[in-house]
Amino acid sequence: MSTNLDKDALPQPGDAATDGPTPLLELRDLHVYYGAIEALKGVSLTVPHGQVVALLGANGAGKSTTLKAASGMLRPRTGDVLLRGERVDGIKSHELVRFGIGHVPEGRRVFARMTILENLKMGAYRLRRPDPTDLERVFTLFPVLAERRKQIAGTLSGGEQQMLAIGRALMGKPDLLLLDEPSMGLAPLIVQQIFEILREINEQGTTLLLVEQNASQALRLADYGYVLETGAVVMSDQADALLSDPRVRAAYLGEAVE
Amino acid sequence: MSLEVTAGKTPSAARLRKQSWYQRPRFKRLVAMVVTAVVMAQVTGVQGVRNDLFYALEENFTGTGIWIWLGIFLAIWAVREFFQDWARQALARVKAAAAPLPEDGTAKAAPGGLAGQVRRVADGGRRLSTLFRGHRAYQAGGLGALLLVLIMLPLMVSTFWQQVMVDQIGMFLLIAIGLNVVVGWAGMLDLGFIAFFAIGAYSAAFWTGGLPVEPPVELNNFLVVPIAVLTCLIAGVLLGAPTLRLRGDYLAIVTLGFHEIVYLTAKNWTEFTGGTRGANSDRFSLDLGFWSYEWGLDPAPYYWLQLAFIIGVLFLFLRLEHSRVGRAWTAIREDEVAAASTGVDTVRFKLLAFAIGASTSGIAGVIYASKLGFINSEMFLVLMSVLVLSYVVFGGMGSIPGVLLGTAILVWLPEYLRDTVDAQDRYMYLGGLLVVMMIYRPQGLWPSRRRQRELRMSQEGTGSADALGAQPGGAQG
Ligand SMILES: Nc1ncnc2c1ncn2[C@@H]1O[C@H](COP(=O)(O)OP(=O)(O)O)[C@@H](O)[C@H]1O
Ligand SMILES: [Mg+2]
Repeated sequence: MSTNLDKDALPQPGDAATDGPTPLLELRDLHVYYGAIEALKGVSLTVPHGQVVALLGANGAGKSTTLKAASGMLRPRTGDVLLRGERVDGIKSHELVRFGIGHVPEGRRVFARMTILENLKMGAYRLRRPDPTDLERVFTLFPVLAERRKQIAGTLSGGEQQMLAIGRALMGKPDLLLLDEPSMGLAPLIVQQIFEILREINEQGTTLLLVEQNASQALRLADYGYVLETGAVVMSDQADALLSDPRVRAAYLGEAVE
Repeated sequence: MSLEVTAGKTPSAARLRKQSWYQRPRFKRLVAMVVTAVVMAQVTGVQGVRNDLFYALEENFTGTGIWIWLGIFLAIWAVREFFQDWARQALARVKAAAAPLPEDGTAKAAPGGLAGQVRRVADGGRRLSTLFRGHRAYQAGGLGALLLVLIMLPLMVSTFWQQVMVDQIGMFLLIAIGLNVVVGWAGMLDLGFIAFFAIGAYSAAFWTGGLPVEPPVELNNFLVVPIAVLTCLIAGVLLGAPTLRLRGDYLAIVTLGFHEIVYLTAKNWTEFTGGTRGANSDRFSLDLGFWSYEWGLDPAPYYWLQLAFIIGVLFLFLRLEHSRVGRAWTAIREDEVAAASTGVDTVRFKLLAFAIGASTSGIAGVIYASKLGFINSEMFLVLMSVLVLSYVVFGGMGSIPGVLLGTAILVWLPEYLRDTVDAQDRYMYLGGLLVVMMIYRPQGLWPSRRRQRELRMSQEGTGSADALGAQPGGAQG
């Protein structure tokens, strides 16, 4: 990144988002290493109940690493992950699923050789007794999937695979959905469609933490946004404030600085 | 230098598009048929004599045998290549004749002649199959009849075939069912599977007092089975735990190493195992107080004992396949990261696959040791692991009926060939069969639906056919 973002944009204690009741998810001063490489250098963020929080940043900023630390795929060296005020860092990802965290990984990762239906059923794996209305809900949100429930997932288009990945995560009845670049490599029209569905999912009561490079789409959906740069949060504000911030516009929306 | 020289020659598109005659599928199939005819002529003809190898070749390939076989296979090829449309139409006509009559009664009278006959036969078959599917009693009856045939089987064959059925087919069936869990369901390539078989066999010898060292207590073989299962479970976890991050070829090498460790221990730790000179093992016996029985030299009672074990294991495994455990294995095989994100404990289920597979092999080891009454280290060569793996692949990885069928056929074949070809050539024909099978029917004899789908997707370029080497998981950016 060549833009200089001021230090005064760092989240301060007592920021708007950290006030009030216990947030659903809170990351406190996370330090994550890959071997000797420090990928996260003290990331803190807060995701309140029922909201959509966007996490923006260039390639390699540490967005995916942050999500993986939140969903238990990585263990932070220091720092806390709090879910409903309770520490959950160190819990393995397959266990954390039971606490209501759904992770839609980067690059979709559907089970390519299973059918759509088998994929969705796998999504409900954590539930002892799967709820048939969950399947109906996913099929209502994504009618494309309903039409093709017998189709092999690997033969779906990129957009359909992304929808399937989101649908699979929803089958586990998450309270918090972590989405890693759902718009990656998709046509603008499909991105539009997916973001509309994400809004619907949020309105139905699921909290979203959304990692995106597509800043304008993400900030229009989000309530609050964080900007990550080389493993640290450099800006955070209400989404509409970020959307109109000239520095964000210059760095992420490709506009010249006036 | 001019640009033309550095750019090199661009081949003409027309030349690249052209398909040579020898690349055409039709020609490839012709070659396959000719080769099959030659092999058949050799299998059924005079066999090589140790000091005059060319005598047999000359005899077989100048006589009439080769022409008969060539005639048969060329006819098959010609029908397939040139009369395919005709054959397809004929098949379609038969199918149309056999199709069920519409319910509304528009065609009340069954057509006469051949078409009517076909329809009557087809209707009968359909009635039978709905009857069979609809009623549990008929299903149970069918299974009972099958069981009865299996129980009567040893009484209908010679002692030689009884021995083959117990010492080879039955034993390999148990091992293959176990290996199928590891390879076919969990997707982990294990080349050292016979190590667990050896552990089972040595457990039997140890606990029945056959090894040079004394056991704390001498046990009946029926009690050794659970102990051997437990020992193999532990050994399976010991092998599994350090190799959890490995897949495909890396895992294969580690399991190969594990096998060598077990084999060399059996061979060289002679004070404990008896090494190549071997050790004795007790036979199965049952003492219920009022009634006692000892399994002796007769293979038939051992066959029934083995059958009971196989049916027991199958009963458990058929349930496993579609249970939560089976689904977890499938998910792990596809994508470990995605599996974990849907809540599958990948570590636990991979260890479970190793442990379950190993313990099945352990049961086979106990039965084998006690049937022969004697074991030595040379019975557990790595070749056996490779053979069992080929049985599983031949039958159809991940499909229990396929694995049973594939194992039975491949174990039976060399024994059958014993009468027709030279003894030392038998495995050559087995190898040939495997090569042909993998080229023309890579999914195996009786494949699972999933495996068939994988191969189809790899042909269409939308997936990988490699059931064992999927993404190692974790590394994504
Ligand atoms: N498995 C890994 N091993 C080593 N370094 C990694 C690994 N994954 C990510 N990194 C490094 O961590 C940093 C952050 O990566 P990531 O979180 O994937 O970024 P983003 O998702 O924002 O593009 C990058 O510099 C990347 O090279
Ligand atoms: Mg990323």
